[in-house]
Amino acid sequence: MYKYNDFDEAFIRERTRQFRAQVERRISGALTEDEFRPLRLMNGLYLQLHAYMLRVAIPYGTLDSTKMNQLAFIADKFDKGYGHFTTRQNIQYNWPKLTDVPDMLDALADVEMHANQTSGNTIRNVTSDHFAGATPDEIEDPRPVAELLRQWSTDHPEFQFLGRKFKIAVGASEHDRAVLKSHDVAVQIVKNDAGEVGYKIFVGGGLGRTPIVGQVLYDFIPRQDLLPRVESILSVYNLLGRRDNKYKARIKITVLENGLDEFRELAEKEYARIRPTFHGADLELLEDIRQYFQQPDYLDASTNAFDVAYDADPVFRSWADTNLAPHKNPDYAIATISIKAHGQTPGDATSDQMRVMADIAKEFGHDELRISHEQNVILPHVHKSHLPAVFARLQQAGLATANVGLISDIIACPGMDYCALATARSIPVAQQIATRFDELKLEHEIGQLKIKISGCINACGHHHVGHIGILGLDRAGVENYQITLGGDGSETTTIGERAGPGFAYDEIVPAIERLIYAYLDLREDEEETFLQAYRRVGLSPFKAALYPEAKEKHAA
Amino acid sequence: MPRKFTPKVVTANALIEGDVIWLTANDQWTRCMDDAELIEDEAHAQLRLLVAEGQLDKVVGPYLADAVSGDAGPAPTHFREEFRTRGPSNYFHGKQAEAV
Repeated sequence: MYKYNDFDEAFIRERTRQFRAQVERRISGALTEDEFRPLRLMNGLYLQLHAYMLRVAIPYGTLDSTKMNQLAFIADKFDKGYGHFTTRQNIQYNWPKLTDVPDMLDALADVEMHANQTSGNTIRNVTSDHFAGATPDEIEDPRPVAELLRQWSTDHPEFQFLGRKFKIAVGASEHDRAVLKSHDVAVQIVKNDAGEVGYKIFVGGGLGRTPIVGQVLYDFIPRQDLLPRVESILSVYNLLGRRDNKYKARIKITVLENGLDEFRELAEKEYARIRPTFHGADLELLEDIRQYFQQPDYLDASTNAFDVAYDADPVFRSWADTNLAPHKNPDYAIATISIKAHGQTPGDATSDQMRVMADIAKEFGHDELRISHEQNVILPHVHKSHLPAVFARLQQAGLATANVGLISDIIACPGMDYCALATARSIPVAQQIATRFDELKLEHEIGQLKIKISGCINACGHHHVGHIGILGLDRAGVENYQITLGGDGSETTTIGERAGPGFAYDEIVPAIERLIYAYLDLREDEEETFLQAYRRVGLSPFKAALYPEAKEKHAA
Repeated sequence: MPRKFTPKVVTANALIEGDVIWLTANDQWTRCMDDAELIEDEAHAQLRLLVAEGQLDKVVGPYLADAVSGDAGPAPTHFREEFRTRGPSNYFHGKQAEAV
C-alpha cells in the first residue's frame, strides 16, 4: 500500500489546518455560506437533508486494518457508529457536526487518509478494479497508475475549477469490474501486438441525465505519455466544456457536441504544446509508487482445510461458491464480504463490523481490504486454508451473507433518506426486494443478476447499467419508480432500456417479482442469466409481465 | 392568471448540527415543525424569508416550503418535507429518535 512521504503528510496537515480556520470563519460570520460552500465541498463536506455528510476518499478502494479501524473510530466518536460505502469507493458519514469535521479530517490524516476533492468541480477520487493486484486476468496491478493520477490531480492548479466534476477510473483486465466506460476518462492498461504495456484511453462516458457509453480516444498510448495525454484531455475540456448549463457541462456533452474527431484533434494540439514540459519525473514517480504495490509474501501451505470444510459444511460451501473469486496464486482466493445482509442498507457497515473486517484482514489477509463500487468489502488475498476460519468470524459479525452477484446484492444510492438532491427513496426499495426474494428462497435459482437503484436522475446508483435498473422520481408529489432493463456496466457496457410507465412505491417490489417470474419461465436453462435472456428475447415479454393490464386491454 | 398562494413555512438547516429547523412567529428557530409559523399571505412570506436570510450566521439555505394547518401545528404537504420532520426510514435516527 502507498505510504505518504513528507510532502504528502505536510500537504494533508496544511489542508486540514486551512479547513479548520475556514470553519471558524464561517461560524464567526466572517464567511457567508456562499463563500464557504465551495471550500467545504473541496473538503468533502455536504449539507444533506437531515445533517451534514462527510465523504472520505478511499483511493482506488484500498485500505489496510489501520485505516479501517480508524474509520470505525471516527464512526463511533463523531457519528452514529456506522459508515456508508459508496459506488465510488468512498465512505460517507451521515451525521457529523460542522464543528467536529476538522477533528475528523485530522483523525483521517493520522492514518494517511483525506476527504480532498470528494466533491466540487474537480477531479474526484480515482477508482479502480477492486480485485486489483489479486485477479489472474490483469496485465498488471492498476493501482500504481491510479495513485499517480491521484497525486497528479490533487490540487492541480489548472483543474480546481472545472466546468463540472470529473471522474477517472483505471482498470487492467479485459473483463471490466470498474465501470470504465461510464467515466469521464478511463484508463485501461493493455498490451500491444509487440507485447509492450501501455494504455487504452476512453473518454466521455457517464450516467446521469444523459447516459453515454465512453468512446475509445486512443487505442494505445505508450507508458511515458499517460500524464501528458490525460492532462491535454482535461485542458481541452476545461476550455471547451460548457459552463452556461449545468446539465451540458460534463465532458460527455463536450465530446458529443464537438464530435470525437474534433475533440481528438484539439487534444493532439494541446498535447504537442505541453509534451515538452514533461521530462520524465512522472515516470520516476510511477516507478517509486510501484514499489508500494508488491505482491504479498504468499504463504506456502496445504489448502486441505478448505476442501474438508467445503465438503462437510453446506453453508460454507454456499458462501464459497458465491463470494469467492479466483486468485492469481492458485492456493489463494479473493473473498468478497457482502455488506448487504437481506433487509440491511446496501453499503452500510457498523463500527464493530469494520473492526471485525480489519482484524480478519490483518490476521488472514496480508492486511489488505478493498471497497468495491458494488458497495461490498473485499479481502483480496486469503490463503484457502484460512477461509473456513474467516467465514466463521464473518458469520459471528453478520457478514457472511452468500449473495454476491445475486438479486439481493443491490447497489443503492442513499436516496431521499439522506440526499438533498434525491427525488425519491432508494434504500427501502433495496431492502424490500432483498427481503422478498430471501423469503421466496429463489435467490440462488435466479442466479447472476444486478439490480441498481438511484433516487434521482444523477444516477449515483448506476441504474442505467443495472440488468434491472430502478430510478426513483417525484411524479406530481408522489414517489414513482421507473424500470430500465438490459443495462450492463462491464466491458460490454450497455445503457438499459426504459420498460414503460413507472410504479408507485408500494407497486415496485411486486413489479420486480413479476419480472423475475417471467425470466424464470422464459430462460432456456439455468445457465442462461437474466441479461442473456433479455438479450435473446428483448423487451416485449418482460413488458408484458410488468404491465399485465395493458396486455388484457390489448386482447379485449 | 397568477397561481393562488398556498400556505408556507420558512425552513432551513442549523449551521452547526445541520439539523432541520423552522422559523417561528416570534423570530426563533425551532427543531419541531409544530411550532413553526404558518404563513398564509404571500407578501408576509417574502418578508419572513428575508428575516431568515438575515440570519445566515445561524442557518443554512432557508426557503419557503408548502404546508397546511394540522392538528398540532403546520404540517408538510410534500413527502420530502415530511421526511425532513422525521429522519431516514432505514434507521431510527434523527428527529424521530430525538422526540422519544
